[in-house]
Amino acid sequence: MLNVNGLQVFYGNIHAIKDVSFYVEEGEIVTLIGANGAGKSTILNTISGLIRPTVGTIEFLGQSILNLSPHKVVRKRLVQCPEGRRLFLQMSVKENLEMGAYTREENDIEAEMADVYRRFPILDERRNQLAGSLSGGEQQMLAMGRAMMAKPTLLMLDEPSMGLAPLLVEQIFELIVELNDSGTTILLVEQNAQMALSIADRGYVLETGSIVTTGNCADLLNDEELRKAYLGG
Amino acid sequence: MDFLSYLISGISLGSIYAIIALGYTMVYGIAKMLNFAHGDVIMVGGYMSFMATTHFGWPPLLSVLFAMAVCTLLGIVIEQLAYKPLRSAPALAVLITAIGVSYFLQNAALLIWSANPKSFSSVVFLEALRLFDGRLIISGTTIVTIIVCLVIILILNTIVNKTKVGRAMRAVSEDKDAAQLMGVNVNKTISITFAIGSALAAIAGVLLCSAYPILMPTTGAMPGIKAFTAAVFGGIGSIPGAFLGGILLGIIEILGKAYISTQLSDAIVFAVLIIILLVKPTGLLGKKVLVKV
Ligand SMILES: Nc1ncnc2c1ncn2[C@@H]1O[C@H](COP(=O)(O)OP(=O)(O)OP(=O)(O)O)[C@@H](O)[C@H]1O
Ligand SMILES: [Mg+2]
Repeated sequence: MLNVNGLQVFYGNIHAIKDVSFYVEEGEIVTLIGANGAGKSTILNTISGLIRPTVGTIEFLGQSILNLSPHKVVRKRLVQCPEGRRLFLQMSVKENLEMGAYTREENDIEAEMADVYRRFPILDERRNQLAGSLSGGEQQMLAMGRAMMAKPTLLMLDEPSMGLAPLLVEQIFELIVELNDSGTTILLVEQNAQMALSIADRGYVLETGSIVTTGNCADLLNDEELRKAYLGG
Repeated sequence: MDFLSYLISGISLGSIYAIIALGYTMVYGIAKMLNFAHGDVIMVGGYMSFMATTHFGWPPLLSVLFAMAVCTLLGIVIEQLAYKPLRSAPALAVLITAIGVSYFLQNAALLIWSANPKSFSSVVFLEALRLFDGRLIISGTTIVTIIVCLVIILILNTIVNKTKVGRAMRAVSEDKDAAQLMGVNVNKTISITFAIGSALAAIAGVLLCSAYPILMPTTGAMPGIKAFTAAVFGGIGSIPGAFLGGILLGIIEILGKAYISTQLSDAIVFAVLIIILLVKPTGLLGKKVLVKV
């Protein structure tokens, strides 16, 4: 479904991504794990079209999306829920959800809106409140809800567990699995490797811009070196 | 009674400033740039309306629509040619370009219409209103200016707060990349903003020339700077702020002229701006962005 090949990305003369290749198949949860500054967000932003790679190809559903502007990538139902949530803090909860559905017909979004409110009753209660007045956890729920409004075929999540209490992390990961069960393919970027590997099918380990290990999550969880480096022993 | 009359003149002049300031503030809010050529679009609007009525003999309302159409197009072209290539350039480069565009427009006008002032005939044919046995006279132009300003602010408010385009504008204004990730075409949104701002500048130009009927290539320069001041005064980026800032600036200017000194009225206006910014650096209605981690 998504094929990334030989990707190289520079920020000025910083070589952030060095020859990265990976793929995601329909129906999978694939996770990209790595420490701070490994290049995870850079990869997602390159796929979304926010950053242009120097070398490499990116194909989605058999078509190159390499030179598409970000707003055109979203129209292909390839949606990113960015790091740090990036909500529109001065808009209401409802308006944020409407922004999520920006590429869709306005009279066609009621079902998803209802679904988001059903999953997150707190958002329903606060629908007319400014997103900036929500707690960190509520904001993450809204960010997930906003991404769901786009009806993604492939959803890329950038560290959805960042800064959340353990209970909330559980809830977010359960939601990811549910979304996957109902047909959404997931590309999950995480620093919380344990959690990510526990729900994903396959994983890639990224270190300073290169993929160093890949495999089934079960194998990765048993990998000695990986355990030492990312899973706390 | 004098005071009331001055106050109304102030509100009327302030309404023109407000209409111009709205263009400044929207472009700043969404494209994050100060379009210093905005004032000169007003002048172009004035000339277009002048040409339409005097040379083509068109009725006033049609001349206004003509001026709006030309300025809208001009705004979009300026944005595409001068500002769009600089989207990721340093702010200073954009600012200098904007000043360059401003000089270009003034000199182009000089070439086309010469430096001789044209006497503009008002597009407003409303009878003056006489109140208190004729002790208070409000001109038709004054009344129309205030009403037009109110209508514009209501329409703009509806567009920005109630429509999809308006939501996209606010999204781009708050977080350009996040807006793109939602599927918003940022370039198109910026174009629309320039179009709206320039159409408003045309209306302001016609109203300004109707109230102060001397049209020259530099006609837009001073009102442009005053309106920019008004936008900063109210909190740049804020639409209600531009409205409030414009009206207050108009009132301060007219009252300053009437009661303190005609020569010093501009100095008073800028002194008030400096004081407000010292007390409240974000302007009257400018808001701090709340961020939660
Ligand atoms: N805008 C930028 N300009 C210059 N360098 C950048 C920029 N963004 C990222 N980098 C650099 O590129 C590298 C990869 O950054 P990236 O944000 O992709 O890492 P990450 O894996 O997402 O990290 P984190 O887990 O902290 O989010 C880092 O060395 C970073 O300093
Ligand atoms: Mg990151």
